[in-house]
Amino acid sequence: MPLIDPATFNELKQMSGGDFINELIDAFLDDTPNMIQNMHTALDANDVESFRRNAHSLKSNANTFGALELGILAKELEVMAKENNLNVGNRLEVLNEMFGKVAEALQGMRA
Amino acid sequence: MRFAHEPGYLLIVDDNKVNRILLARGLEGDGHKVKTAENGKQALEKLRTDSFDLVLLDIEMPEMNGYQVLETCLQDPDLRDIPIIMTSSLDEIDSVVKCVELGAEDYLNKPVNPILLRARVNASLEKKRLRDEQRKLFRTFATKEVADELLKTGFSLGGKYVNASVMFADIRSFTTIGEKQDASETIDLLNNYFALMFEAIIGNHGTVNQLEGDGLMAIFGAPIHQDGHCEHAVRAALEMIDLLRGFNVEQAAQNKIQIEIGVGIATGRVIAGYTGTQHRATYTCVGDTVNIAARIEKYTKEARHPILIDQYTFEGLPKDIKVEVLGPMLFKGKEQSIHIFAVKPN
Repeated sequence: MPLIDPATFNELKQMSGGDFINELIDAFLDDTPNMIQNMHTALDANDVESFRRNAHSLKSNANTFGALELGILAKELEVMAKENNLNVGNRLEVLNEMFGKVAEALQGMRA
Repeated sequence: MRFAHEPGYLLIVDDNKVNRILLARGLEGDGHKVKTAENGKQALEKLRTDSFDLVLLDIEMPEMNGYQVLETCLQDPDLRDIPIIMTSSLDEIDSVVKCVELGAEDYLNKPVNPILLRARVNASLEKKRLRDEQRKLFRTFATKEVADELLKTGFSLGGKYVNASVMFADIRSFTTIGEKQDASETIDLLNNYFALMFEAIIGNHGTVNQLEGDGLMAIFGAPIHQDGHCEHAVRAALEMIDLLRGFNVEQAAQNKIQIEIGVGIATGRVIAGYTGTQHRATYTCVGDTVNIAARIEKYTKEARHPILIDQYTFEGLPKDIKVEVLGPMLFKGKEQSIHIFAVKPN
């Protein structure tokens, strides 16, 4: 599975002109570390709802860019939180690592 | 047929920045003016201080979620007419159904498909424009309650039988008036006259549903059933005569023509409904009661009374309205004579 699905990404790029795709990539790269941080905080506070919401947003953004594998990891965490299960093991670390790879790939895909 | 859509003023509410950019740029590219809000509270503040045509509302948000924002808007008379499109991911279908049932205009799945986004937003804006036009139209002809009811129940073109009071009013010898003054003065006179008559009719729960030349037709007790429609119609007629008296004093002071009117009211079963097409419909009443009201109105000139009513209207009146019995009258083309009563102006 590619880090970024090219068809999804190209479709996204064509949605609007100008600096659109760069603005969108910036927002994603800025916001995702916050979401992962929020998930850590939620985990410490045992705040299932906040954990779920952040996983949900991360999943949604990953899928928007075609970062399908990152999306699958985030969805898994969202589903666990929905089932009130925060025994996430090392999944947040795996997610963070995957995000690092996606971020690098996206940097190279700027317009 | 509209070939190009008209731009709207839209509010995008989403806690996720990527989604906000995605939606905003797509819609701006389509010519719309867009503002964004990051959460429910911010959205409500913006909605209360600015007038938006449409809201795109995320369901999943911290603090105040989309469902709560929708509920708040629908309960607020100032906000409830703004259409709201819910945006959600595919797995939130249950929440979406709940929102649409509650009164959301439409929904869109995220990630949004740009073509669908454009189509759904433009359709919602178009619907809002039509609703605004209809509301404006109905506000001119009917009370706020009737206008609201019509908008709520929709504009089905079918008719139904209702018990109502029908009023016809006409200016006496209007043709000669038209010959005596120039055209602009006549139009001016008519506009002033109708403004006063509308005030009296709408103020007494009536709906003006036809204007023709200097004549008008109004219905009391329909489209929304109301007890006391006989009394409402007669009180409206009395107020019309009263307002006209004041109008004539002003006309005389400006050395302008004074006018007299005749009002005929009949009560009974009528067929009421919309006639026309989906795009241009009027609410109207037909049936024997309508014909009788028109005949009675014509008879006011001969009878030398400004307000004449039939027996069914008379039977619905309270005692404080003074009435003179004029007796049975056989109108041309009718088999049965009709008992006519004259209402005494105050």
